[in-house]
Amino acid sequence: MKRSFVLIIFTVLALSVSAQKYMTKNGFISFFSHTPMEDITADNNQVAGIVDISTGELVFQVLIKSFHFERALMEEHFNENYMESEKYPKSSFKGKITNLASLDLKKAGTYDVVAEGQLTIRDVTKPVTVKGTLEVTATGLNTNAKFKIVPEDYNIAIPGVVRDKIAKDLEVTVIMKYSPM
Amino acid sequence: MKKTFVTFLLVLLTVSLVAQDDLMDLLNENAAPETNFTTATFKSTRIMNGHSVERMPPGQLDFRISHRFGTVNSGAYEFFGLDQANIHFSLEYGIFDWMMIGIGRGTYEKTYDAFTKLTLLRQSSGARVMPVTVSFFTSAALRTTKWPDPDRTNYFSSRLAYTSQVLIARKISQGLSLQLTPTYVHRNLVATELDPNDLWAMGAGGRLKLSKRISLNAEYFYLVNADNTYMSNPVYNPLSVGVDIETGGHVFQLILTNSLAMIEKGFIGETTGRWLNGDIHIGFNISRVFTLKK
Repeated sequence: MKRSFVLIIFTVLALSVSAQKYMTKNGFISFFSHTPMEDITADNNQVAGIVDISTGELVFQVLIKSFHFERALMEEHFNENYMESEKYPKSSFKGKITNLASLDLKKAGTYDVVAEGQLTIRDVTKPVTVKGTLEVTATGLNTNAKFKIVPEDYNIAIPGVVRDKIAKDLEVTVIMKYSPM
Repeated sequence: MKKTFVTFLLVLLTVSLVAQDDLMDLLNENAAPETNFTTATFKSTRIMNGHSVERMPPGQLDFRISHRFGTVNSGAYEFFGLDQANIHFSLEYGIFDWMMIGIGRGTYEKTYDAFTKLTLLRQSSGARVMPVTVSFFTSAALRTTKWPDPDRTNYFSSRLAYTSQVLIARKISQGLSLQLTPTYVHRNLVATELDPNDLWAMGAGGRLKLSKRISLNAEYFYLVNADNTYMSNPVYNPLSVGVDIETGGHVFQLILTNSLAMIEKGFIGETTGRWLNGDIHIGFNISRVFTLKK
């Protein structure tokens, strides 16, 4: 009797720990480049991500070929010439919410969060700090973030003829709706 | 004792299930297996003269202008062929993500042409593996030159010729793509009864990338049943070599070829030039893509 009780306690504990992880397979990432010559956007609706609110750790991963452009030719050039997505099929982020201690995530509501971590694009890893919001709802967890990246930081070569059409830094928007795992 | 052990094991199992500390591993375990479709096997819908497996994506219009000049061996008086120009222009459009259509007009025999190309299989890796991309191409060409003999009964159908091709290509590496193109050409009317109405050919072509935006291309068609000892006008196998240069919305293709025509029934069935004799045409294709539907 006592033993089964211990077992139940452990199981419940284990379950409650696992319920602090949230996951999505269809998160949204887009990037936007603005220049006087041209505005370019690309959207990706197949972003996979996990947040562990007990530790504040979060990861996400995108398939580069799932970014879609308005112009098919641009998408081809993006994959072929800039991202070389057959060589580097995925990009990922691995980080941690740094101000977790000051948040009470048991209560529903929207919280300002700061995440620090490593962003890997084309096998080049750079530290990034991202400010965003985290919303706790009855059914799950939503995060929103915006940050800027510089293509040259990730060895993306932009030839002179198109340099005026691609912004020096791209604005990246991340919108994720997680459900409990 | 035994029970304790079992309990211990169960607890351990539960804990181990939970204690996956690397979230990235967990993410990869949960990710659905992906199929990675190969893209950009060729830069353009043509390897050189002939079609590649590539297709215009839906909503994209390709306006193509192609030129073949006279033969290089015509000498300085003809400015090595550049004084004579044969033109072919076409409008080509992607309807679905597996179908494109096109219409064109060329100087060669004042021909109008129309074609459709369907993607049947796509090269892919990952969850679904497919070693090659396979497309089917079919076209009709309408010759509108005046009848050589207006006195005999001339039928409209005599102006028509048809081509069907199965295009089988593999992007072997980022830099190298190869294609095989079994071809059937049917001409409703030929010059004499010695000439075959049906022609069978096997095409082979490829591209080798020299840089991200420049590639070296070559293409050859082997005519299976063209026996020049019987033909009224000897024909030779077409060989074309050239480079693709891509600049944003344009693809330029610079070509050296022994054929003058830019439609299938012409360059496959009616190439009268020979490389060995210096019957080489300088030519180019320009492709400009417009996005009509987003």
